[in-house]
Amino acid sequence: MKGGEWQGGAMAVLVLAGMFVAWEVAVRALAVKPIILPPPSAVFAEFWTGPAWYLGHAWYTLLVTLGGFGLAVAVGVLFAVLIVESRLLEKTIYALIIGLNSVPKVAVAPLFVIWLGTGVEPKIAIGFLIAVFAIVIDTVLGLKSVHPDILDLAKSLRGGRLATLWRIRFPCALPSMFAGMKVAISLALVGAIVGEFVSSQRGLGYVILSAQGTFDTARVFAAILVLSVMGVALFWLIAWLERLAIPWHASQKEYTPTS
Amino acid sequence: MKARPAAGIEVSAVRKRFADAGVTAIEDISLSIAPGEFVSVLGPSGCGKSTLLRCIAGLETPTSGSIKVNGVEVSGPPEGLGMVFQRDALLDWRNVADNLMLPVDFRRGDRAVARERAASLLALTGLQGFEASYPAQLSGGMRQRVAICRALVDDPVLLLMDEPFGALDALTRDQMNVELQRMWLTEHKTVVFVTHSITEAIFLGDRVVVFSPRPGRVADVLEVDLLRPRRLAVRSSDKFDGYATRIRTLFEGMGLLKEEA
Repeated sequence: MKGGEWQGGAMAVLVLAGMFVAWEVAVRALAVKPIILPPPSAVFAEFWTGPAWYLGHAWYTLLVTLGGFGLAVAVGVLFAVLIVESRLLEKTIYALIIGLNSVPKVAVAPLFVIWLGTGVEPKIAIGFLIAVFAIVIDTVLGLKSVHPDILDLAKSLRGGRLATLWRIRFPCALPSMFAGMKVAISLALVGAIVGEFVSSQRGLGYVILSAQGTFDTARVFAAILVLSVMGVALFWLIAWLERLAIPWHASQKEYTPTS
Repeated sequence: MKARPAAGIEVSAVRKRFADAGVTAIEDISLSIAPGEFVSVLGPSGCGKSTLLRCIAGLETPTSGSIKVNGVEVSGPPEGLGMVFQRDALLDWRNVADNLMLPVDFRRGDRAVARERAASLLALTGLQGFEASYPAQLSGGMRQRVAICRALVDDPVLLLMDEPFGALDALTRDQMNVELQRMWLTEHKTVVFVTHSITEAIFLGDRVVVFSPRPGRVADVLEVDLLRPRRLAVRSSDKFDGYATRIRTLFEGMGLLKEEA
């Protein structure tokens, strides 16, 4: 990482700390009831009453998120390849996918419980359903963004469809795919929480819902805090993988041009 | 690697009509190109010269007429074809060395053998030391040099170049003309070079095929009788000027060049 990035990171931490201080001061000065908005000190104190308990639930939510995300990437990329390679599928499946994307997916979450039970499966399924569209749409965009000259070049080298897909279209699509994955990982986390809201005895979604039932606002905030950290960490994980995978791309300003 | 003999091309009565656009790009083109010959195809923008090139490459199918490369009817890209496009068509995600390996990768060839040839081509174009650079780190001229090296690396029998220097500044363009001539003198491939620069066409070509505006027809064929290696200074010689004047007069006759409004 460059100096500038460290500076940016330090700034973000400072701003965050400032917000916590402002929150603490405001809550105390205005004597807000803890049941409405607890001060951050109370939220941190609540977390410290059982960090292992929080992290255990966080672990479950993390696995559900990664499960939904992984499935979304695998299925989404496969669909995108089929859509790009077949005009017929583009006209049928792609139109269908675009249409389905406008259905509020959270609304179908209870259906998954009916179909898949109350285990981990329906939660992964919801995460998958919410995340997969971003993967399909961005991967299709990426696979189609190859310059026509480069496709002609591949033809002139007598490259078959599979070779062209693997050596040309796929690497060309990577920047776009990573953009999709950055969106999808956050959406998979949303899906996991929704899944846990609908039916669960585990996970941070369950923690939030059960704490709400007892008006334990500090606990709700502690769970949200853990969730936020997890969300940011997952995003940075994808960004880190992106940096490894496409160091050549303009979005990764790792090198300076010689001219 | 032992160089393969260059290919001869036989274009007979080729016509290409794009039915969708309702446009006839080229009409009744007949042209015989000898193995190892450098032929410039010169014409105004949109005259169909690129279409002819794409037909020879097997990227387009002529509506009528036939094209033979080494006596074999073209149906799809022929074996041993090297192509250079106006925009270099380099792969952003491959560094220079790996970009040169693309033709080898596509035919599942041995990279190790090709590396040697790649190294000597890079040396010939003054690009040694840039093997690990990515295209985004190179200037336009360097990128186009890499594209030419890539077209040559697999020892093609035929090199098709579609306005390869059209996007470069004038100075770089002159430099590339000199370098391309030097490479051609070393490699002696059959080259079909599409351009809209009169100077470039004469400087590089053994022959200049002049196209009329759309639908493109062969308006004239000039034999360029200038000793090689040609130096840039040859462009101000009387003989060179004679060729240029002849072409310019031709274009004026087509209404493409007008002195007065």
